[in-house]
Amino acid sequence: MDNAPLLEMRNIKKDFFGNQVLSDINLTLKEGEVIGLAGENGAGKSTLMRILFGSDVIRETGGYGGEVLIQGEKADFQSPFDAIAAGIGMVHQEFSLIPGFTATENILLNRESKKKSVLSELFSDRMDTLDRKDMERRAAEAIQKMGVNIDGSMLINNMPVGHKQFTEIARELSKEQLKILILDEPTAVLTEKEAEALLDSIRGMSRRGIAVIFITHRLHEILEVCDRVVVMRDGVVVGDDPADKTSEANITKLMVGREVSIERVSAEGEEKKPEINEENADIILSIKNLWVDMPGETVRNVNLDVIDGEILGIGGLAGQGKLGIPNGIMGLYDAGGKVVFNGQEIPLNSPRKCLDASIAFVSEDRRGVGLLLDESLEWNISFPAMQVQNKFLKKYLGGLITWRDDRAIHEVTKKYIDELQIKCTGTRQKAKELSGGNQQKVCLAKAFALGPKLLFVSEPTRGIDVGAKKLVLEALKSFNRDNGVTVVMISSELNELKATCDRIAIVSGGRIAGTLPATVPVEALGTLMISQVV
Amino acid sequence: MEENSINSSGRIKGLIQDFGLPRLIITGFLILLLIVAPIVGADLPTQISNIINRFSWNGILVLAMVPMVHSGCGLNFGLPLGIISGLLGATISIELGFTGPVSFFMAVLISTPFAIVFGSLYGWLLNKIKGGEMMIATYVGFSSVSLMCMMWLLLPYHSPNMVWGMAGKGLRTTISLEGYYKEALADILQINIGNLMIPTGAILFFALLAFLMWAFLHTKTGTAMTAVGSNPDFARSAGINVDKIRLISVVMSTWLAAIGILVYEQGFGFIQLYMAPFYMALPAVSAILIGGASVNKASIMNVVIGTILFQGIVTMTPTVMNNMIHLDMSEVIRIIVSNGMILYALTRKTEGSK
Repeated sequence: MDNAPLLEMRNIKKDFFGNQVLSDINLTLKEGEVIGLAGENGAGKSTLMRILFGSDVIRETGGYGGEVLIQGEKADFQSPFDAIAAGIGMVHQEFSLIPGFTATENILLNRESKKKSVLSELFSDRMDTLDRKDMERRAAEAIQKMGVNIDGSMLINNMPVGHKQFTEIARELSKEQLKILILDEPTAVLTEKEAEALLDSIRGMSRRGIAVIFITHRLHEILEVCDRVVVMRDGVVVGDDPADKTSEANITKLMVGREVSIERVSAEGEEKKPEINEENADIILSIKNLWVDMPGETVRNVNLDVIDGEILGIGGLAGQGKLGIPNGIMGLYDAGGKVVFNGQEIPLNSPRKCLDASIAFVSEDRRGVGLLLDESLEWNISFPAMQVQNKFLKKYLGGLITWRDDRAIHEVTKKYIDELQIKCTGTRQKAKELSGGNQQKVCLAKAFALGPKLLFVSEPTRGIDVGAKKLVLEALKSFNRDNGVTVVMISSELNELKATCDRIAIVSGGRIAGTLPATVPVEALGTLMISQVV
Repeated sequence: MEENSINSSGRIKGLIQDFGLPRLIITGFLILLLIVAPIVGADLPTQISNIINRFSWNGILVLAMVPMVHSGCGLNFGLPLGIISGLLGATISIELGFTGPVSFFMAVLISTPFAIVFGSLYGWLLNKIKGGEMMIATYVGFSSVSLMCMMWLLLPYHSPNMVWGMAGKGLRTTISLEGYYKEALADILQINIGNLMIPTGAILFFALLAFLMWAFLHTKTGTAMTAVGSNPDFARSAGINVDKIRLISVVMSTWLAAIGILVYEQGFGFIQLYMAPFYMALPAVSAILIGGASVNKASIMNVVIGTILFQGIVTMTPTVMNNMIHLDMSEVIRIIVSNGMILYALTRKTEGSK
């Protein structure tokens, strides 16, 4: 037998528009081996798998560096079809099944067993009829390989989620040439029992010589089923250990424990903030039984108190609901529960009521919600304050006409451009022409101009470079310190939260898994992050 | 110094880009027609009067596009709905026996409640189908015209100047405004120099409405309207009631269309009923697009430039061509040119970044 490993990825590099997401990734996979791939969101797991699967996205964004070898031969996939032909199967996070078709039809889609008929002799094999019996046999075989029980004649839309997931996997297994199977968070939607069955079937596949790459946030599953655990962080492989030589704590540490690049600053001359004392602190915002129906970020039941004058961090893995909290309170998505601010209950589902109560929000969706891309910086910064608080307006005819005060708008814009060091050609420049970091500063300026008592900042550093990151975080801190504004900052980056916040609440499974002081080690936060993952 | 010269050449390039190559070509073509006209024997002052006149007729109908573009409802293909409000005002004013310039004033007054009611319903509908406004607007226009085709026959009009002579009921397709408000605005301060005629009053009326529109866009509500069009999610997160602002814009657009058709009639001298409103939306849409507006950005300058360019080309081309080939093909050429311009304008339809 050939000694070359089944799959070898050498020095894989990938950047998206100059933003390096993978650098020098090396990965080998032997026949029948199961490796677990762990890492925070954005660590580069999905990108790496897309490269392996020949995804169009990769080619359209300029290809990748390094090489992929399958059984010692260099492979260069132009499309997923090439990858499938080479024996790679992938089950995506989202289902790609046809709802109105049966499991059997879905499993064998476009690879159906066919019978010749008179018509197909006359015209082409497009006129072949389906050999239903043989299809059922093949589908049943594939299902049986997983060791679960699914009715092949059941329609997909009548199936529980777990069965859909198994159908997807069965589709991959029914391909005779399958050698490598990539499972991207397959257990995310499964109940514990179903997940157990899936793990069993992974073991079964491995025995039959199929290599499996298993991506999940549930670390115990990785340890249970995998031979090796590969941990990625910021586009680099930071750990590659046999599963029996590592532990959940170890993996968590590798996942989150990057070098703390933004140190907790307390520069000389800066007033040291008094320690927050949780017992007798003033609660400025109290959230009770909050649910938010935000697609992909469902909040199930959040209870959280925000102390007056603090910077509270909210962290958690993507999809666990941390983004849903501010979006729900601010009325941008359907929400329910009770939110009390400054002793007054805030009605939900009404952005205006929140703004009137002096709560401001900097959205994580900078380009979609945060900015008027086609308008000037002046408009972007002054608009909410103008509309909500009647700032920057002149009144004529006894208030009958409220005229935009362009001079006042110009002044305030200039002030914030200087204060936040926004790089632009002038106050009239359009927001879309700025870089991500400067756009983020405009979003902050917009919120600052409202002069809020409480500020929600959602993913303030997403997609901006290190220098801008530092400035943005500094601006938040000084806004909090100098104006006594309470800040709630939502971020995926634990170290950023640690460097900026006084307390950190971790969201997991749409609930608050715990609130800790920012001084606790990052591992403790990491453990909370995956405690209730659904 | 060197930097300066680079800057100035860059600035010219920037200006050209701002003005847009297609607009530059159309402007060039119009100027060419103006130069050729006297050479081939068409009377230039008459031609220029023609352009100015047609500008004064159509300006407000084009202006009616502005509010809905600003609020992000897109181009108002449902213009016929507003036009119908205007026609109801016009016919009721005549039916009630008003004559002379007063009948124009009354027509404006009577058509206003119609425009508000129709506009509100239309706006409510457009709020239900965000994203597909222009398609639905087109059909609102179509169906309202068809409905009114029946209503013009059935409504109890009796004025002998408007109904069919034989039957004594049902409105005629074309109603002369002689004795009513023909040139009611154009006659005010009219300037006549030889063959050159300038309808000062009508132009001033357009200028007044355009100024009011400009002023409105500088108020708090107007600013909110522009923001809603630019990014509705941004506006919503800033506490704006997006649906309300959109509704206001649709009502404004419908009302302007009603006023626009009355001004058109006073210049043209006739009320045209039945299928006529059907053909009014596309030229107005084209004019504002040629003027440089996009689906969610439009200024008063876009309206003025677009109307002059569109009406200029549409009136000049047939005359110049006729004089050149000495054959009366004006109607054919007019149809080819105006539809060609509409087609061209629609291909220029651009959307701002989201």
